[in-house]
Amino acid sequence: MHELAVTESVLEIALRHANQANANRVTDIYLIVGKLSSIVDDSVQFYWNMIAENTICQDARLHFKRVPARLKCLDCQQEFEVVESLSPCPQCGGFHLKIIGGEEFYVESIIVEK
Amino acid sequence: MSPTRVPVVEKIFDANDQVAQQNRAYFDRHHTFAINVMASPGAGKTTFILKTLEALTPKYRLAVIEGDTAPVTIDSDKVSALGLPVVQINTGGDCHLDAVMLHAGLQSLPLENIDIVLIENVGNLICPAAFKLGSHLNLLIASTPEGDDKPYKYPNMYRGIDVLIINKMDLLPYVDFNMANFQRGVEILNPGLRTFPLSAKTGDGMSDWINWLDEVVQQHRQK
Repeated sequence: MHELAVTESVLEIALRHANQANANRVTDIYLIVGKLSSIVDDSVQFYWNMIAENTICQDARLHFKRVPARLKCLDCQQEFEVVESLSPCPQCGGFHLKIIGGEEFYVESIIVEK
Repeated sequence: MSPTRVPVVEKIFDANDQVAQQNRAYFDRHHTFAINVMASPGAGKTTFILKTLEALTPKYRLAVIEGDTAPVTIDSDKVSALGLPVVQINTGGDCHLDAVMLHAGLQSLPLENIDIVLIENVGNLICPAAFKLGSHLNLLIASTPEGDDKPYKYPNMYRGIDVLIINKMDLLPYVDFNMANFQRGVEILNPGLRTFPLSAKTGDGMSDWINWLDEVVQQHRQK
């Protein structure tokens, strides 16, 4: 729902790093997006096409690398992936769980032309 | 024209988080305790805030920041009627307050004369969770008519809070709300979270919340 703000932030980060690298053009942007971060790829892409226009990021491809949500059971130490919604530990049924993956949300790298 | 990979590894919310840290420092300089009040629309945010303000008066000097998506003044009028300073931030249709909007709104409040500021975020369980404001306490109001599945559907919101209010407990006999299922979801996401079941409307349970908040604010002041 806040994908516009998110997309603006991605553009700001990409432009800043591209300028630091003295790039003429950004061709690719790699994003790491945890499954729990509630970001809709299509919406980011939609806004991207609008706001990246007339910048050195115009026509850059966005790559979304999805990181699955992973939990660790604090009772039996079992680690497991969340498939649908939150569920108790599949091994012992416990629900003292710690989220150990899936909250990531960052720009990993960009590909630039100099 | 050789393609070069530039490593970045920069969190997308970094810019907001940095302004949030500035907001926190600004609050601390003025010895003001800030509470970010989040909830879905209709959970009873405004009633809860009004009742909380009444209970904390006159012990504390209070103010309210209202985040609204549209330029309506219904909520801020209710606070003004109590004779307290209120600032309205119109998010221009945005689904959340962010740290920059809050920073701008803070300039209109005489923080040096304010002990506690309640920030009423936009009614939404997704977006406010992602945008830190710099508040000392992040509070969520759930309400029984919303149903007990909300922690499961909005995990990020339940992950990021320091205290949970379960409002409209007076409606519990009339709605489908499985408290055990609700609390299990909360426990998965935020183990040991301080929770206050209450009814802002009837006042039942409000004193436990107020006493706890009083203690938290006093402890914060001694730091």
